[in-house]
Amino acid sequence: MSKLKVIHYINQFYAGIGGEEKADHKPEFREGVVGPGVALTAAFAGVAEITHTIVCGDSYFNENIESVKKELLDFVKKNKPDIFIAGPAFNAGRYGVACGTIADAVKTELSIPVVTGMYRENPGADMFKNSVYIIETNNSAADMKNAAPKMARLALKLANKEEIGASIEDGYLPNGIRVNFFDKERGSKRAVDMMVAKLSGKSFTTEYPMPDFEKVPPNKAIKDMSKVKVALVTSGGVVPKGNPDHIESSSASRYGEYDITGVMDLTEATYETAHGGYDPVYCNQDSDRVLPVDVLREFEKEGKIGKLHNKFYTTTGNGTSTKSSKAFAKEFAQKLLADGVQAVILTST
Amino acid sequence: MVKEVERAGIPVVHVCTVTPISMTVGANRIVPAIAIPYPLGNPAKTMEEEKQIRRKILNRALEALTTEVSEQTIFEMK
Repeated sequence: MSKLKVIHYINQFYAGIGGEEKADHKPEFREGVVGPGVALTAAFAGVAEITHTIVCGDSYFNENIESVKKELLDFVKKNKPDIFIAGPAFNAGRYGVACGTIADAVKTELSIPVVTGMYRENPGADMFKNSVYIIETNNSAADMKNAAPKMARLALKLANKEEIGASIEDGYLPNGIRVNFFDKERGSKRAVDMMVAKLSGKSFTTEYPMPDFEKVPPNKAIKDMSKVKVALVTSGGVVPKGNPDHIESSSASRYGEYDITGVMDLTEATYETAHGGYDPVYCNQDSDRVLPVDVLREFEKEGKIGKLHNKFYTTTGNGTSTKSSKAFAKEFAQKLLADGVQAVILTST
Repeated sequence: MVKEVERAGIPVVHVCTVTPISMTVGANRIVPAIAIPYPLGNPAKTMEEEKQIRRKILNRALEALTTEVSEQTIFEMK
């Protein structure tokens, strides 16, 4: 039997082209295995082989979604693989969105089985978990050794049209589809076991997790901006030059609060970014490109806004957990309220 | 962070390039930006042109803040 043909999608980082400074790398098509494809190939154990690897920069993909999608689909269509694999993207947000987008397109438009992999907090996970199989990975590339075999196994099952098990069996993120199966223990015993575990402080896994679709209703619109104090907040990591509070370049454990009383313009000499998840060159040259203090000062002078708040809040949104971000904002939102701020402009990179 | 600011009762506009992420996160007022490393600028232009771009986006952000919304809304650039 001939080997199953696989096309693999990865980003510029895993192709060894470079980090953020190369994130605008245009789509490139290579023959054979590149980077993480080695781990997948080992897991295929000779049953399938990666014939081509598609490489694309994360920023380029996300900024040109429609044209990239078309270019990649044309290539996949021409080469007719049996399986399409993207990633794994772990906790890299733009990479996760790219993997989900292209996997979804290949599945929907070309009817080719697809598998990707990412961490459950990756924004791509929420966007695509119901449309494509996403193997749940840990939040760092150190998990490649676990992720690759699971992705390969599920991909082969799909290609061979084998029955797919429940998410806990095949390791993918729950996709809203329920699969019936007979458990070894009956329900009453499982319920009592769970309760005993809970009462004795041991860990247990619920069989009915609550959905996490929390939405916050929008606040009322502002009537007259010229009477309002506006604050700036950013996840783009803008900090005073030298990063005095040592905000981490990724997985931030803190946020910064900085006084901009009298600051009319952020310059190369005074501000920079601490963010390690995008090319910092442009922000370091002129941080107004991320935190637009200069124009808001003009708005203030022109009376378009009442006042620009004299403090801004900042962190690096790069791999920072939802839990931390939530805690940061919960805290500084109270400070904003106490300072009489009535509107916030929040910028993200 | 957008949601926590909103929850505290302060109207907030999210200016960002990858708007689908903002939708997933749950921002209610969203204004699309230029590019990931320079959401409110464009190093290919002169400083003066960049400032005009920035003004345009921020004017849109102010419009978003003064517009009533009942659900997540992307305020595309006009």
